[in-house]
Amino acid sequence: MTAALIFEQILNGLQFGLTLFLMAAGLTLVFGVMGLINLAHGSLYMVGAFCCAWITQQTGSFWLGLGGGVLGAAAAGALIEMLVIRRLYDRDHLDQVLATFALILIFSEGTRMVFGSMPLYLNIPAALGGTIALPGVEAYPVYRLFIILAALAVAVLLYLLISKTRLGMQIRAGESDREMIAALGVDIKMLYTIVFALGGAIAGLSGALVGSLRSVQVGMGEPVLILAFVVIVIGGIGSVKGALIGSVLIGLVDTLGRIFLPIALKFFMENASANSIGSALSSMLIYLMMAGILAVKPKGLFNATN
Amino acid sequence: MKKLVSAGVAALLCCTAGVAQAEVKIGMITTLSGGGSTLGIDVRDGFELALKQAGASDVKLLVEDDARKPEVAKKLADKFIQKDKVDILTGIIWSNLAMAVVPAVTHKGTLYISPNAGPSALAGKACHENYFNVAWQNDSLHEAMGSHATRAGYKKTFILAPNYPAGTDALKGFKRMYKGELAGELFTRLGQDDYAAEIAQIRASEADSVFFFLPGGMGIAFMKQYAQSGVDMPVMGPAFSFSQDILPAIGDAAIGVANSSQWGKDIESGVNAKFVEGFKEAYGRLPSLYASQGYDAANLILSAMEKADVGNEDDFRAALKEADFASVRGDFRFGNNNHPIQDIYVREVVKEGGQITNKIVGVAIKGHQDVYASRCRMK
Repeated sequence: MTAALIFEQILNGLQFGLTLFLMAAGLTLVFGVMGLINLAHGSLYMVGAFCCAWITQQTGSFWLGLGGGVLGAAAAGALIEMLVIRRLYDRDHLDQVLATFALILIFSEGTRMVFGSMPLYLNIPAALGGTIALPGVEAYPVYRLFIILAALAVAVLLYLLISKTRLGMQIRAGESDREMIAALGVDIKMLYTIVFALGGAIAGLSGALVGSLRSVQVGMGEPVLILAFVVIVIGGIGSVKGALIGSVLIGLVDTLGRIFLPIALKFFMENASANSIGSALSSMLIYLMMAGILAVKPKGLFNATN
Repeated sequence: MKKLVSAGVAALLCCTAGVAQAEVKIGMITTLSGGGSTLGIDVRDGFELALKQAGASDVKLLVEDDARKPEVAKKLADKFIQKDKVDILTGIIWSNLAMAVVPAVTHKGTLYISPNAGPSALAGKACHENYFNVAWQNDSLHEAMGSHATRAGYKKTFILAPNYPAGTDALKGFKRMYKGELAGELFTRLGQDDYAAEIAQIRASEADSVFFFLPGGMGIAFMKQYAQSGVDMPVMGPAFSFSQDILPAIGDAAIGVANSSQWGKDIESGVNAKFVEGFKEAYGRLPSLYASQGYDAANLILSAMEKADVGNEDDFRAALKEADFASVRGDFRFGNNNHPIQDIYVREVVKEGGQITNKIVGVAIKGHQDVYASRCRMK
């Protein structure tokens, strides 16, 4: 176990965390601003990946596909906001969960009808293939580095949008008192649709970026969605900063735990059981961490609403 | 789809009425929706193709989707047996579903022909005269790869699989036949799709080869990330990660990978050519090994129907056990535990006319029988 390997695994954890952030950012915005639990956020991730794969296949350009994935997911987000979600703001959370769960089923079967049940082909662009030497790491995949940079760029842009622009001011105002800003003449319906489309666009970006690294298939969004919920609960619901810190924390704990727990256990027990127990324990690690953080800070690390 | 098939069979029936023969009712429980549905769809399509090619007018096939859920599969089995009164059940893809359904139905006297899942329990102590597996026992393809690795002269192989029963069985199967040293052994998470950390471990382990069992989307993700990581040691695995249903999604990253299978589309025989051509024509895609297993399952049943009446249980079972049909994989017979004794091949992923597919490059094990057969009390 060399220092270089540990450093590389930290980088891997950071990258995994930042891909989670892309999912969690939209989720936490929607939850924070509208108080809505959107289980269908994972479907927007899937829509982004499928749009990207399809457009890339048709045009041969990954970048067009990426743009298409972002726009497609944003459009899908705006559409479901206007058709379904809008009717749910005043209902309780159980109704929201039911309705958005139904949306998951509709999106999954709809995608299957259009694209079939075979996974789609989507690979990274040739320009970002290969590896690069970093200080301490002899060969790190360029595309993973690109994902890290893209996610950080999204984080910065979101920060600027929320804290420096008029739209951001309205979003923040909507979080604290939605009746008041409606009374002040802000078109709250429009604002909600925009926020929802924005969340969708980021989820679509994440689906397209990550889908080309993993696999593009029906149901790809749900496992990521669960982790994204863990992130926003840890980070504090509604806080983009919390989502960033929470996702990096989870990425690091998950990646390092999954590699180093089995190794650490080998000091106490034989190889075979260290492997399987270590692997089982590491999958619990992030939930243990969530429980620990919530015990100390019940509203998450950065609570936006207090 | 179910209606369509029964309607088609009914239409055939009306025209061949007069041939006095008892109708055989087959209930197929398989995965047609959700994750892993490509496997069930291929088994079903292969099965239906065999019936169509044989012009089997005396078979009624009922197909239902289990959505990969054991409790759904169990309910469907009850429905097929009690309401539809089927003679034979088949179709289950996943071992955990098979364990939920097979022991119960075979003990109650229904025949079960497995076109895919082959859990070790059903091959060993819990083997049953009403249970026939026409694909493989779960360990077989992994054992074949272990034997291939030994023969290829690999000395330090890194092995990984998801941490669930089929995954631990896979690594056990590989190690049973592999004589070299292990550079490392990893259990990943079921459903995991980011393997950066594992690939870094592989790179640091100084292995000379990698064996992995990661079915479905997990394998697609692993292969893409592996190809892109710059690690270039040879990769091998069972056919499940390189079957025709997922190869197009992996793309060029899979080219050159060695994988084990009891079937390949380039096995030269009349019946295999008829199967591959017929499948391409009927469905517009290349068949996977799952499709070949569905096709063989149907032909096995048809061969038994020629010899015995399904109502006469002992005769029909004996006719099934003879396995007197032309399997698309070549030689095929049942061992004492009603599991196949067959050759297992090594295939290589190649690009053929722009399409990514498999080519047989050698035989991994000739006349392979699973190790659990000796624990089965049947003769």
